[in-house]
Amino acid sequence: LQFILELRVLDSLVKSNLISEGGGGGMGAQKKGGGAKVSEDAEEQSRQRLQAILLADSFATKFRPVTLERPKVLLPIVNVPMIDYTLAWLEYAGIEEVFVFCCAHSVQVIEYLEKSEWYSHPNLVVRTIESHKSISAGDALRYMYEQQTETSQIQGDFVLVSGDTVSNMPLADLIQEHRERKKKDEKAIMTMVIKQSKSSSLTHQSRLGTDQLFIAVDPLTKQLLHYEEDKIDHPRGSICLDKSLLDSNPSVLVCNDMQDCYIDICSPEVLSLFEDNFDYQHLRRHFVKGVLVDDIMGYKIFTHEIHSSYAASIDNFRSYDTVSKDIIQRWTYPYVPDINFSGNRPLKLGRQGIYRASDAVQSRSADVGASTVIGYGTKIGDGDKILNSVIGNGCSIGSNVVIEGSYIWNNVTIEDGCEIRNAIVCDGVKIRAGAVLHPGVVLSFNVVVGRDFVVPAYSKVSLLQQPTTEDSDEELEYADSSSGTADHMSGLNLQMEPKASELGPDGAGYIWEVCEGAHDEEWKHSVAPIPKDKLSEFTQAIDDDDTDDESVIPASGELKSDADSINTDMNDPNDDYYYFEKEVEGTVLRAVEENIKVDLVTLEINGLRLSYNMESADCAGATFYSMMKLAVDTPHSSASELYKTATSIISKWKELLGFYVKKIDEQIEVIMKFEEMCQDSPKELGPLFTQILHLLYDKDVLQEDAILRWAEEKAGADEVDKVYLKQCETFIQWLKEASEEEDEDDEDEEEDD
Amino acid sequence: MDFQVVILAGGFSSTLFPLVSKEVPKALLPVANRPVLSYVLDLLESNNLKDLIVVVEGEDAALKVGGWISSACVDRLHVEVAAVAENVGTAGALRAIAHHLTAKDILIVSGDIVSDIPPGAVAATHRRHDAAVTAMLCAQPVSGPSESGGSGGKDKTKKPACEDIIGLDSWKQFLLYIAKGTEIKKDTRVKKSILCAAGKMELRSDLVDSHIYAFKRSVLQKVLDQKPAFRSLKQDVLPYLVRTQLSQRSDVFSDQSNVEENGNGNGKNNMQNNEVVLSQILSNASSPSFHQVYESGLDSRKTHKCCVYIADESKYFVRLNSIQAFMDVNRDVIGDANHLSGYSFSAHHNIVHPSAELGSKTTVGPHCMLGEGSQVGDKCSVKRSVIGRHCRIGSNVKIVNSVVMDHATIGDGCSIQGSVICSNAQLQERVTLRDCQVEAGYIVCVGGEHKGETFARK
Repeated sequence: LQFILELRVLDSLVKSNLISEGGGGGMGAQKKGGGAKVSEDAEEQSRQRLQAILLADSFATKFRPVTLERPKVLLPIVNVPMIDYTLAWLEYAGIEEVFVFCCAHSVQVIEYLEKSEWYSHPNLVVRTIESHKSISAGDALRYMYEQQTETSQIQGDFVLVSGDTVSNMPLADLIQEHRERKKKDEKAIMTMVIKQSKSSSLTHQSRLGTDQLFIAVDPLTKQLLHYEEDKIDHPRGSICLDKSLLDSNPSVLVCNDMQDCYIDICSPEVLSLFEDNFDYQHLRRHFVKGVLVDDIMGYKIFTHEIHSSYAASIDNFRSYDTVSKDIIQRWTYPYVPDINFSGNRPLKLGRQGIYRASDAVQSRSADVGASTVIGYGTKIGDGDKILNSVIGNGCSIGSNVVIEGSYIWNNVTIEDGCEIRNAIVCDGVKIRAGAVLHPGVVLSFNVVVGRDFVVPAYSKVSLLQQPTTEDSDEELEYADSSSGTADHMSGLNLQMEPKASELGPDGAGYIWEVCEGAHDEEWKHSVAPIPKDKLSEFTQAIDDDDTDDESVIPASGELKSDADSINTDMNDPNDDYYYFEKEVEGTVLRAVEENIKVDLVTLEINGLRLSYNMESADCAGATFYSMMKLAVDTPHSSASELYKTATSIISKWKELLGFYVKKIDEQIEVIMKFEEMCQDSPKELGPLFTQILHLLYDKDVLQEDAILRWAEEKAGADEVDKVYLKQCETFIQWLKEASEEEDEDDEDEEEDD
Repeated sequence: MDFQVVILAGGFSSTLFPLVSKEVPKALLPVANRPVLSYVLDLLESNNLKDLIVVVEGEDAALKVGGWISSACVDRLHVEVAAVAENVGTAGALRAIAHHLTAKDILIVSGDIVSDIPPGAVAATHRRHDAAVTAMLCAQPVSGPSESGGSGGKDKTKKPACEDIIGLDSWKQFLLYIAKGTEIKKDTRVKKSILCAAGKMELRSDLVDSHIYAFKRSVLQKVLDQKPAFRSLKQDVLPYLVRTQLSQRSDVFSDQSNVEENGNGNGKNNMQNNEVVLSQILSNASSPSFHQVYESGLDSRKTHKCCVYIADESKYFVRLNSIQAFMDVNRDVIGDANHLSGYSFSAHHNIVHPSAELGSKTTVGPHCMLGEGSQVGDKCSVKRSVIGRHCRIGSNVKIVNSVVMDHATIGDGCSIQGSVICSNAQLQERVTLRDCQVEAGYIVCVGGEHKGETFARK
């Protein structure tokens, strides 16, 4: 791993040189090109202004607890709010009108924009749209669509970004490319920007802390064919590409080394698609997947790979850390701390990538290391050691403080002798003398850390209490936070009561509990580097995986060897059936437990049947199997007891079974299934074979034809297979006679009973 | 060049019934009046690969093939003919002749190939990457490349189904995935681990495996020894190697020293590996393959490389593995790909042996071949067909898109289209055949009209 890191540094140095040399010239030329085009087809250009929708809300909770008090887009990254990076870039890239969609903390966002220069910008018109009902990007776009019909705001193709995007890529050419493609192919509704970025082979996580991404594109047209974000929980296994994909494309490029920049060029159809599909929430998980799967409309999404420019979306604390470092290392030029791009006060760039405000006061004995940013009005005391960190404006740092790889926002007070490693410290925090922040700590606004208090690693501390109702669904989770934000804001003062003293006697703040599901997330998505033991764990895991690999090779479409196929053979065609059976079993079990109506159960099983592409006979087999399994699983002491349970279940649910055993074939399937089950558990079910068969006959589930046909088929089988045939020989004999003399049927039955 | 060449010549293939018979094993089927095996031998000879082992299934077939080889090329090549039991599969055949294999690398060529792709290039690629296995891929042949309708007409409707699905890395050097298209029912599953290691994988369905492989002998023999159930090189051995390329298990490849000596290039332990790779990077040497990077990231892990050589699209390649392919290859060798035949063509783009006799008003069109001593009666018309040696063809006979083998007799007024008449077969007068195959020595009775039939003695 060491050398990979070194590589990155090496790489980044080379790259940053390139950009700083060539960046300015390239940009200028590109702008000129844009101008020429304007005159060329001025008509079209005037009709279609370059527009963008900026979602000033991530509809996620990854930045909690910080985002409870301030919207994510206003969080500072290298001392400038994220939204400024996005707006500055959009303006630079030639966008003329931006719709800022505000949702959570919309008041704050609007207030900020009003105070900033953006409202009075000559080239860029910034409009805000407010909606409190939206709980997802999908909702936001639907809202935009409704607005659009009223005022026709979005006129043509538009750029869709979120307010946490840091980029310096040129857009004009890309939009042009998109428009031309659209002209040729009506169905090309979206172009999404991707960038090469190899995810770690160990953690399967990208540099930005996002899950690894598998995409498939057509190498010639760059059309997106497959999009899959992999949860890190399943680092192995395989990705499935539909066969038709390969049939229609002679060549498909499957990439694992791409990163989605979350910058999309969309045609107006995208908005209407969101309107039509009210269940699209997430831009990628729902919309992109939906478009790819839907072959009725035939809409297509294309990709555009950027090579020399920068684009990243700040999705979590790890990407916050990564992007901050990229900014300091000038990948994002011209959006770097020493340039005024959004009304920020530029800092002075010194050696070793140290940016310092002109009025920052630094003690002579303080040691400020490479890649550090120090904001205005900040005082640094004696003997401090600061490395790889960003310190905001108006902070005061006592003496002998160690700050490493941390992000200290504005007006933070750090007293003497504190140690801060890989932490985020929000505005107004007070860290009393001798306190220690372990890696991965996030201190939200105005928290006070008590004297000599040690904040454990990965703690998230806030003055606000953790919302008690944690919903597993991210989007929904956000819903209550957005509606509740106003309360939080007003209630802030109430919460500030000193009773919140989980941070030592003189501290203030609650340490948030880690919610169950997100246990892994804390180290994956934290600003702290991944600890060594985790890495070695992964190495170990991969080792294990691979050694397993051979024996448990997945039931893939790969050519199977004879040797391997012994254990995998079962899977291929029967795999589906196995899962189908499991699902049916679950359904039946639930039906029995909750006493659901037969109609509903039938409906459900039919649904399963369709989704697994099964025959009616399969349903019959699976349903019967589930019923018998239920009977066997019910505790019983003797065979007769088991028989009783089976009787009651069968008589109760025979309608359900009856639904699938209308044909002789299906009935035979049931008998075969039953036989199979008996073979599997010869002790329990075996002796009851005839009895239950008789029962099924009595209950009109099975007709005599089916039983006789089965007997005929079995007659030619091996001796081993004929055990159960023999067992019920008399019954079959009787059936045969009965069918000959139907009149005596009833009497015989009574006798038998 | 320390390469041993194994030609898997097959035996009496049942898919080619009734073309092959007791007298004619698959390897000796005539393509433009030369056994198909001769094309392979010529190809190897032109690449200076002269040390060959021809593996034939069945003693009888081996005798036949051996007899032909000794008469044809004993002076030019060093050929050994080995007989193996029938139906052992390609892997089984190699297992049976394992004791003959001594060279460091083995080049395995299927005996039914008619092609001009240099196998030497495969060998070179194999050596360059120091691969465990190198497979040759070529563009999928367009089925029935008939220029103007003809018998290919019926094939036009069916689109060639994708035969192989092949995953390549972004430099098209390594084989990351291989699957048979026909076996994949719904979707293709690609293992994530290999994708993660390689970053990018290009899945191609327009390439086919051409059954020319170069194997590292140590690896091949180990796999054959340890997986006795493997029967086929293409279906078992190759996919197995591809699948396990990132995770050689110690039990299969316990004898690592051998492979390593051969220069897998990666040092003895992990630390060293790291240094090697890093120094390579720093010295700006060619970037390390993902295999090396992957290896260096993990302890005690060995990888092997599966490489590919992709033939140029302009190259010709057909495997004679079906009757259709037999027709195609005969047509192509005297037509589009006539540089393969080794004959010199006349100004009319055909070859009529000087000793052949043509009756009056008989025309032999372009892309035709008429063998030594054959006689054609009056008012006949031969188009795009191959006629063997010493055939007797009556008058008013029409032969289009067909292959007539040696010593066949065709009566007056016959019409033959898209058919194969094997040697010594006899067509009586006024027989009309369309898309038929006539077994060697079979007699088709007077005046029949047949379509799509196979004539053979039961």
